[in-house]
Amino acid sequence: MKLHVNGKEHEVDAPDDMPLLWVLRDLLGYTGVKFGCGMAQCGACTVLVDGEPVRSCTTLASGVGAAQVTTIEGLSPDGSHPVQRAWAELDVVQCGYCQSGQIMAAAALLSRTPHPTDADIDAAMAGNICRCGTYQRIRKAIHRAAATARRAKP
Amino acid sequence: MTGMTRRSFLRTSVLGGTGLVIAFYVSRRTPASAVEPTKPLPPPNAFLRIAPDESVTVVLAHSEMGQGIWTTVAMLVAEELECEWSRIRVEHAPAAPVYAHTAFGMQMTGGSTTTWSEFDRYRTVGAMAREMLVRAAAERWKVDPKRLRAEKGHVWKGKEKLSYGQLAEAAEKLDPPAAVRLQGPKEWTLIGKPTRRLDSPEKITGAARFGIDVRFDGLRTALVERAPVFGGTVKSFDAAKAKEVPGVEQVVQVPSGVAVVARHFWSASKGRDALKVEWDLGPGAEVDTDRLLASYRQMARTPGTVALDKGDCETALEGAAKRLEAEYDVPYLAHAPMEPLNCAVRIDGDRCEVWTGTQFQTVDQGAAAQIAGVAPGNVTVHTPFLGGGFGRRANPRADFVSEAVHVAKAAGVPVKVVWTREDDIRGGFYRPLFLHRIEAGVDAKGLPVAWKHAIVGQSIVAGTPFEAMLVKDGIDGTSVEGVVDSPYLEGIPARRVFLHSPKNEVPVLWWRSVGNTHTAFAMESMIDELAHAAGVEPLRFRATMLRDSPRHLRALKLAADKAGWGKPPPKGRARGLAVHESFGSVVAEVAEVSVEKGRIRVHRVTCAIDCGLAVNPLGVEAQVQGSVAFGLGPVLRSALTIKGGRVQQGNFDDYEVLRLDEMPEVAVHIVPSQAKMGGVGEPATAPVAAAVANATFALTGKRLRSLPLRLA
Repeated sequence: MKLHVNGKEHEVDAPDDMPLLWVLRDLLGYTGVKFGCGMAQCGACTVLVDGEPVRSCTTLASGVGAAQVTTIEGLSPDGSHPVQRAWAELDVVQCGYCQSGQIMAAAALLSRTPHPTDADIDAAMAGNICRCGTYQRIRKAIHRAAATARRAKP
Repeated sequence: MTGMTRRSFLRTSVLGGTGLVIAFYVSRRTPASAVEPTKPLPPPNAFLRIAPDESVTVVLAHSEMGQGIWTTVAMLVAEELECEWSRIRVEHAPAAPVYAHTAFGMQMTGGSTTTWSEFDRYRTVGAMAREMLVRAAAERWKVDPKRLRAEKGHVWKGKEKLSYGQLAEAAEKLDPPAAVRLQGPKEWTLIGKPTRRLDSPEKITGAARFGIDVRFDGLRTALVERAPVFGGTVKSFDAAKAKEVPGVEQVVQVPSGVAVVARHFWSASKGRDALKVEWDLGPGAEVDTDRLLASYRQMARTPGTVALDKGDCETALEGAAKRLEAEYDVPYLAHAPMEPLNCAVRIDGDRCEVWTGTQFQTVDQGAAAQIAGVAPGNVTVHTPFLGGGFGRRANPRADFVSEAVHVAKAAGVPVKVVWTREDDIRGGFYRPLFLHRIEAGVDAKGLPVAWKHAIVGQSIVAGTPFEAMLVKDGIDGTSVEGVVDSPYLEGIPARRVFLHSPKNEVPVLWWRSVGNTHTAFAMESMIDELAHAAGVEPLRFRATMLRDSPRHLRALKLAADKAGWGKPPPKGRARGLAVHESFGSVVAEVAEVSVEKGRIRVHRVTCAIDCGLAVNPLGVEAQVQGSVAFGLGPVLRSALTIKGGRVQQGNFDDYEVLRLDEMPEVAVHIVPSQAKMGGVGEPATAPVAAAVANATFALTGKRLRSLPLRLA
């Protein structure tokens, strides 16, 4: 099958029932995408498919078709996406394992809802577990990224 | 040994590269101001590398698992080295004796000890390197080193300068100083300043490598089918169907079960699903947590092993004006770090390589050596980033490493064993189920004069190599910590604490803050009960009992002030408070709660921590916030139950942990303190359960004594 990841077209030989997560990680080497639960409970595997956040652990790669997949590796060339910048400025990460998924979910939220309320953040981010407990800084960083994007607009 | 002398200095290192490499031994008893290495060095080892390209690489003897030592330990080096912070890189040390914990004698990360235990060693490394760079510059310029100064990655002679990179190779050839003077607190420019993490850039771009991300040619992935109950063994298995799954290459039996070795995770997973295994279940099939708790309640009423006995407790109880009794219980808990357990192993002749996120390099190295049949020194342990640890990756039994070595050995190919979330949640090594039964006798003012305290729960260390060290006179110190050393008990004339350490098949382990997870809940709940029974405001009651514990008093006062204690809370809310000392630090917490749709909601937790010197206040804040979040999961939701030996939960849908929408606002206040440095990674986990339970009582009048706290 053909798969479009981070602007590149890949030809992969994967069984039809193989989740996108394992195609990305084990066949294509996008190891920034993380395995956490395998049942769309923790959000560590979140990637964007045509801009929408999906749990790649329960999404079949064969169903993605011509859609564009974006992983953490493709969110920005150099970690400069407003969400990544806010994450760095507010020192969000701890162990870091869940953060690829957190950042992708936050980026998706901001593209849908440029000025999210706390309730919007709750709704969009409650599916992403962080065992280190970085939630408070995640919330703050999303507000910061939203404010940065606002300022950046002409 | 390789002929190295006392005060030896390694000119070559397995870490490679040219430039300055510092390696030495600092005795744990060495005073901070003048460090003189006194022991010969085991080769090879190194703590710091300065290269001609100006990079400064700190070799970290501990594991970064989110707690921030990647940054904090680098701060210690940089403080003395006077290098530019932007030049600092950090890497995990390989497993080698020189990287042994300065207090524990083995290479490990745990017990909230890294920062205080490395405070002198890494500062000294930085100071030695600085001095050698200065001497190298002095030789180059042919001047007295006293005329030179080190600053911002350069050695300066007036306005002339040489960079550390330019000096690295010359400095490497010098003898190391016999002693160095370390900067005093007034000279510090980094220590004590909020400093952002050095590992952020790679962790926000997906570049950071965790154990599960290890990939190399020829590496296979394996999943292991383990017994459905603890202690079960393989009777027979049928691998025919599993081998039909495309990508599955081998099915091999190992002591813990049957491993399906495949080209990648998905094939291994499908292969494992197709596997048929018959098990000898053994006595583990009888384990039932309801029955276990009932038996613990019986046991608590019988004499156990005495851990503390002062005064005549029975007589004092009989003579008391009033008696109160309470039982508190906590369930089994899984650590559930976000990165599921995994371990990659390559055995090649007399060598073995291990890649795994571990807190216990020395233990894992020894276990791997034994199974692979090679010398421990021939086992290379690579430590990538740890996707959380919380104690699960510090196993005296080296379970996930041992198993992976068995699989690689049986399969004859390099293998990465990956655990699914279900494997992790059902895989044992839990915080044990514990029951506390407290009988207190109080005087006419309501102050306790007698305290009889039974603790029942499995020993974490029984049957492990740690037993000899941590079990004294039949008492596992980790079962009673936070009770026998409680300052509340100090002031009670008659007190007895006794312990039952029953055994069963469920493997148990330390879980962030260890015994304090349950002892702080029991102690601080009971104190609150006594305060209410006495009709005394809970803060004042504690202040009276803790009058001789100034650190506790200061933390309590700071947390209470910042939380607005004494002022009415917002409508529909109430506050509760708790203070607890563990790992050398004292933490007071005020929780503000409401009840929404029959569930407790925690809005704010105001924390005050006295950890002595806070090397990186930003890191301290993150650890306290994270500890509260970690502790709140089991307060509100997380619990494991076992029926017929089977763990009834398996993933985050039924083993619920704290999520963002339930995260309270956690305010962290650091108590200015001259106290000896304590730990920061764990202590704030301990008081949160009691703080929330006490707040819930204040709001509803219901005293909840069982975790998770449930109103109905």
